[in-house]
Amino acid sequence: MSTPLRAIEVPELAASEAFQQALGIAAKHADDVDRRGRFPSEAIDALRSAGALGWGVPREYGGADAQIDDLADATFELSRKCAATGMIFAMHQIQIASIVRHLADSIWFGNYLRRVVRERRLIASATSEVGVGGDLRRSIAAIQRLPDSPGELVRFEKKASTISYGAHADDLLTTVRCSPTADPSDQVLILTDFAQMEAEPTGEWDTLGMRGTCSPGFVVRATCPADQILPIPFAVIAAETMVPFSHILWAHVWLGISTEAFGRAQNFVRVQARQNPGTTPPSALRLSELSVRMAEFRALVQGSMQEYMSLAQSPTLSTVGYAVRINNLKIAASEATVETCQSALRICGFAGYGNAGPYSVGRHLRDAYSATLMIANDRLHATNAALLLVYREGK
Amino acid sequence: MLPSTESQATEGQKRDRIRQIIKDHAGLGVDFEKVAYSTDLYRAGMTSYASVALMIALENEFELEFPDAMLSRSVFESIDSIASAIESLQRVPQ
Repeated sequence: MSTPLRAIEVPELAASEAFQQALGIAAKHADDVDRRGRFPSEAIDALRSAGALGWGVPREYGGADAQIDDLADATFELSRKCAATGMIFAMHQIQIASIVRHLADSIWFGNYLRRVVRERRLIASATSEVGVGGDLRRSIAAIQRLPDSPGELVRFEKKASTISYGAHADDLLTTVRCSPTADPSDQVLILTDFAQMEAEPTGEWDTLGMRGTCSPGFVVRATCPADQILPIPFAVIAAETMVPFSHILWAHVWLGISTEAFGRAQNFVRVQARQNPGTTPPSALRLSELSVRMAEFRALVQGSMQEYMSLAQSPTLSTVGYAVRINNLKIAASEATVETCQSALRICGFAGYGNAGPYSVGRHLRDAYSATLMIANDRLHATNAALLLVYREGK
Repeated sequence: MLPSTESQATEGQKRDRIRQIIKDHAGLGVDFEKVAYSTDLYRAGMTSYASVALMIALENEFELEFPDAMLSRSVFESIDSIASAIESLQRVPQ
């Protein structure tokens, strides 16, 4: 068994000096990353050096065994500084959790997790696909087994509509049908090293916000041993891990963005108050209103995380009711982040509208707008509308 | 108590009723003749949307309500698992 590079205790992860340094680096480069729409390589390198990419890996594979609350704290803190860095960290940890919780007794994936820690590997994912209309649970691309190959090779080709940080990751976790004749929803996850792949970008990533995630489309072609397919059906991985982890960690990214925007608005109000001692500026009332929204937002996000932690591996995770609730978290948190950033802008006025300066919330607002689009809220509403035909709230 | 021949026959009938409802509502992508009592319906192409239609149809046919804890993938995975869920609901007065 490999030895961890650094022995970090879980509660100390986000407080560790190396992680604090990474936060400073993320903050320093956030505006440049946004302006140039480039990968936040300085911050990701700092997270690599801090060993943070391996935090979610269990101790038996050399990781820090961080649970979702530790990962959520780190995601939140990073996102306050640079939402693109926070989102990349969150997505990487979502892929790790999907492997850790569903590797069954796969020797290949056990060894792979050791490599993630030792080699500080960054994992991207290709779950979207051209032609499935944004449905995570349907694939066109399929695994094809190469019967006469040594070591049972498989092959697939996928037209992914977006792969975040695809040009910067070491490995890719992809959803594919388990065979060319399988139903579109009969999916598995396959993990491939970019060295085993051809990945051709199919467009540019020049967007309103979240510019540093660098998420263009790709055509991916890969050939690898069949051992690199996770043994558990994706339907189970999605319901129990990938969807709840995504919605909870993304919500922490958005809460981080909004908390930073709130902080800037609060600083703005304080400066105004100091200019006229003895009077409360009108914007202070708006700040008070925003503070109520932030309290609701935090309660929503923390409540969902507590529920997920209390359910652990429980069969409740696969129920219709839980699917409705975890979709509700995503819808509500993605709307809350836009509303709260808009309120912060209203408080800061033109000082917030400017792209520079301590009260600028333009980047935050632009980043926040991505929230309702990543797995579009209308799609989640359509799913919940169907599920609510059988699920009875509060039962 | 050992199951009597009569209750075995009833069980078979129940499974056939379930099978018919699946045929009408589950939107399976396979040749329906191949669907056995133990066939994994999700692997046979039942989408989560179709599974909701199936749940509603089963509630109507058997005049019962599935509690939230039963509205899960494992319960609606096969004719056998649906039959045992229905049986457990019919055993307790609702």
